[in-house]
Amino acid sequence: MQHSLTIAGALGLDSVLPAWARIDPAVTDDTPTASESPERQRAAWMAAAQEGNKGAYERVLASSVPLIRTAARRQGVALDQVDDVVQETLLTVHRVRHTYDPSRSYDAWLSAIASRRAIDALRSHGRRGRHELHDERAVDLHPDVDDATAATEREQDARRLREAIATLPPGQREAIEQLGLKEHSLAEAAEHTGRQPGALKVNLHRALKALRTRFHGDP
Amino acid sequence: MSEPRLTESLIQSLGEQLTPVRRLPSPWLRTLGWLLAVAAIAAWLLAHYGITHMLQRWSGQPDIALAGIGAVITAVCAAWAAFSLGVPGRPARWAWLPLPGLLLWIGASGVGCLRVWVAPATHIASLHEANDCLVFIISFSVPLSVLLIWLLRRACPLRPVLTAVMIGLASAAASASLLEICHAFDAAATDLMMHALAVAIVVAANAAMGGRLLQPALK
Repeated sequence: MQHSLTIAGALGLDSVLPAWARIDPAVTDDTPTASESPERQRAAWMAAAQEGNKGAYERVLASSVPLIRTAARRQGVALDQVDDVVQETLLTVHRVRHTYDPSRSYDAWLSAIASRRAIDALRSHGRRGRHELHDERAVDLHPDVDDATAATEREQDARRLREAIATLPPGQREAIEQLGLKEHSLAEAAEHTGRQPGALKVNLHRALKALRTRFHGDP
Repeated sequence: MSEPRLTESLIQSLGEQLTPVRRLPSPWLRTLGWLLAVAAIAAWLLAHYGITHMLQRWSGQPDIALAGIGAVITAVCAAWAAFSLGVPGRPARWAWLPLPGLLLWIGASGVGCLRVWVAPATHIASLHEANDCLVFIISFSVPLSVLLIWLLRRACPLRPVLTAVMIGLASAAASASLLEICHAFDAAATDLMMHALAVAIVVAANAAMGGRLLQPALK
């Protein structure tokens, strides 16, 4: 087995790796043969992706999703936040794919990044939780004293929306400002912010989800 | 868009953006690169001060030679640990690797403190002379730390502060090793205190600043 030959394996990571190897990757083609473990297949795909093989890259990312979910759950990430961690991890993997050494365990490399992203998500959620006001308290502090006219209502709605956008994390706020408010195209927004279109799309989706939850209460 | 579809869309988007990447050289290779820079400085100092004085001190007080060897081992191990921590999936326990060298360095240096009682005629460093050691170690540690941070620019340290501590330790230990070439007096309590203070300043400064500098890949 490859990972038992690595330093990580020699130092006891083997106890963790077999548990992941039991998880079937979510791919239907290029299924690893009996002689090649899923982990080794992923390592081979990532090595090919480093050379620029798009098919191998999409396969390794797809088969990484269950591993990222497992790592996130192990860190204590709530189920409704796991997909955020999956997407953040995939974006990080894309940025740091050159740091993977094909002679070492791909799963250990991926899990380390996923765990870090999970911890970041937990911290970020904790921070936002402290800064946000609960609805009842917000209503007490900001009662609707002047809702007699439609114009005033619209003004209040706009203000609430602005306030809600202001409480979003910077990446999501940036995406909704660029794509939602300024109505820039994905390419223009990517050029303005220096972020990848994929990241902007993810952040826009999350921002809309957060705003929907805030105003309608349905996640 | 539902979360699974968003993840699929993200994977597809990342696949479209895929370009071949240059793999990160192994930690050993990058350690060697950094040690070459240290060796170049050592060669310059030896050309300037000569080797005779250093060898005379070492033959007179072998504990000083042991302390020098301990500092060199610490520098090599800490630099390797810093590069290793820059690769996701490498166990953080490698940060303990510089400990044996560090203990030898501190232990052998500590023997110098007894010299005041054992050999009262020995030239003991005055506070002014010991200050020169502080300035020397810090002055050489700055460019060596900058070089290490630069060599880690493409890495992905998931524990940036711990990596920065290793950078500080490697730089300070290498500077203390270089100081051996032109040290004009024998180790004593005042001098040892200044060395310890210099190492502490370098490590703390790196931990405070390097931790932030080392995180671009995670933002």
